[in-house]
Amino acid sequence: MDKPTTNETWPDERGRFGDYGGRFVAETLMPPILELEAAYAEAKVDPAFQAELDYFMTHYVGRPSPLYFAERLTEHAAKETGSAAKIYFKRDELNHTGAHKINNCMGQLLLAKRMGKKRIIAETGAGQHGVATATVAARLGMECIVYMGATDIVRQKPNVFRMRLLGAEVRAVHSGTATLKDAMNEALRDWVTNVAETFYCIGTVAGPHPYPVMVRDFQAVIGHEAKAQIMEAEGRLPDALVACIGGGSNAMGLFHAFVPDTNVRLIGVEAAGRGVKSGLHAASLTGGTPGILHGNRTYLLQDENGQIADAHSISAGLDYPGIGPEHAWLHDKGRAEYVSATDDEALEHFQLCAKLEGILPALEPSHAIPRTLDIAKELGSDGLIIMNMCGRGDKDVFTIADALGEDIAAGTDG
Amino acid sequence: MSTRIEQIFAKGRPAFVAYIMGGDPDLATAQDVMNALPGAGVDIIELGFPFTDPMADGPVIEDAGIRARKAGTTLASVIGMARTFRETDQSTPIILMGYANPVYHMGYEAFSELASKAGVDGAIIVDLPPEEDGPLREAMDSKGMSLIRLATPTTDAKRLPKVVSGSSGFVYYVSMNGVTGGALASGGSVREQVARVKHASKLPVVVGFGVRTPERAAEIARDADGVVVGTAIVQALHQDGKDAALALVRSLSDATHTAK
Ligand SMILES: Cc1ncc(COP(=O)(O)O)c(C=O)c1O
Repeated sequence: MDKPTTNETWPDERGRFGDYGGRFVAETLMPPILELEAAYAEAKVDPAFQAELDYFMTHYVGRPSPLYFAERLTEHAAKETGSAAKIYFKRDELNHTGAHKINNCMGQLLLAKRMGKKRIIAETGAGQHGVATATVAARLGMECIVYMGATDIVRQKPNVFRMRLLGAEVRAVHSGTATLKDAMNEALRDWVTNVAETFYCIGTVAGPHPYPVMVRDFQAVIGHEAKAQIMEAEGRLPDALVACIGGGSNAMGLFHAFVPDTNVRLIGVEAAGRGVKSGLHAASLTGGTPGILHGNRTYLLQDENGQIADAHSISAGLDYPGIGPEHAWLHDKGRAEYVSATDDEALEHFQLCAKLEGILPALEPSHAIPRTLDIAKELGSDGLIIMNMCGRGDKDVFTIADALGEDIAAGTDG
Repeated sequence: MSTRIEQIFAKGRPAFVAYIMGGDPDLATAQDVMNALPGAGVDIIELGFPFTDPMADGPVIEDAGIRARKAGTTLASVIGMARTFRETDQSTPIILMGYANPVYHMGYEAFSELASKAGVDGAIIVDLPPEEDGPLREAMDSKGMSLIRLATPTTDAKRLPKVVSGSSGFVYYVSMNGVTGGALASGGSVREQVARVKHASKLPVVVGFGVRTPERAAEIARDADGVVVGTAIVQALHQDGKDAALALVRSLSDATHTAK
């Protein structure tokens, strides 16, 4: 794989992307974090580790994922304005387990194996990271415990059952808002208690260094593939990349290879819930301020006293009051743009994508579709866009039925 | 001129350190309890300030923080408790304890200014390890306050000297891996662990996490310069009220003071 060299030095040795990132954890966790950093640095340059990872990525995960021209969505965008940019989907929803999350799990759990750790813990929101972790743990013969907010357990039922089928133990978290951030608190508590034997597999580009850079590196395969694929299909780089943002891993994975290509616009779409002005949203960059949470300094939703505010999104995977530190840095530098989409927009475009493209997108990338259409119209017919279709929507059908007022559970358990 | 903290350890007997959550269940009640602690034998007060995401705390202290926040408690109002306390007590050290974000949000300089004016002696910030505590340490240093560091069982021999060298006032040894109120103390000796820390630092070493009973407090006080109890006191206050909590504090401090 040809990797650009200019952006391989981020972050600095303290895990800082400019002012963001770092290692804000209790002393108990500092030694294991330093151990992880050293183990990852070794593995990263070990051809045997890379070969094993490549093997699993090809034969188990199913990479490379296709780059697909979404022709009917492009036509739809062109209908209103007369011309629209060509929209491509990077089809990471076709990976084993149905989302980009497994790219990272594959990398981290092979690293855990190398470090001799057999007890894996993870936090999950939508359940996709939990399912991916449970899957790889099963394959590698490891014990797996997944922390999940009680609210998310209700709205992502199919994934909870899948994790159990895969042999993982799902532990419900009732504290706080009982969503992703609380699951992360609980996972950190587990780690602090069982530190010697446990490997904490974080699901996004957040947390203490080295997680943001390590998860980015494991997800960067998305952008490296996309770059080669668009060159082959169109003979040039795209004008814009669009991806939804929870913690920011699918977005960083797509963006990373293109960061040095300053003519390529990088556009992240945060969850605006019921509207950024309503206060009920999960748009940390659009509506937040810098602070310290979960091991890193980054943009957070918080009140005037530094208490973390509740995030709101119809999508469990985006329902998080923070964002990875590299995004905070790209935002401040002006290298990436961050916009948002509401619950209603996501629901509407979920349905549009299903009917026009025959793809049920997850609720998370459903947020990226409306902004992709906007940019397609803005660029006109000479333009070229890649949107990360980072997950499939099977897990969301109950939530969507509920939002549309349909009772699809009737007759199955009643 | 010696600091309030130094004067406590100069007494030559093990110190008893009590943790309460500021503003739990409300500011007035917490103030009453705080003001009564020295009379129940407390040498140093650790005054918690609440945070929404207390990653190193168990359910008892997390719930105390939730009650405090419901009552409107903020970092500034907890510092206000210290100020009120200082009106009647000039000798008992007050150490603020909590998480980084409320302090960061207030601003390290502004925090140090406000806290030192209120008569606060130091702070323990759980999620600021040595790698990240430089800016706050400088701000607090310039106001004559101590930033107290934590050493833990995972702090290995290579790391320990670096951890303790930047501490001031005392070193807080967390005697087990886990969250506050987690496992009951195993009952084993902490002598070797305390000796390990003392070998690396001249500062007094206080030991906390998992201490709930006078017997266990006495056992630890035989080997350490001080004992910290938090969860048991917070729980007694919540379940049985102020008098019961103070009675527990009295029994813990007596056991600590007479251990050697
Ligand atoms: C399909 C999908 N997309 C996106 C996300 C959000 O995470 P990130 O921003 O790290 O890609 C999730 C999280 O669960 C997800 O399942």
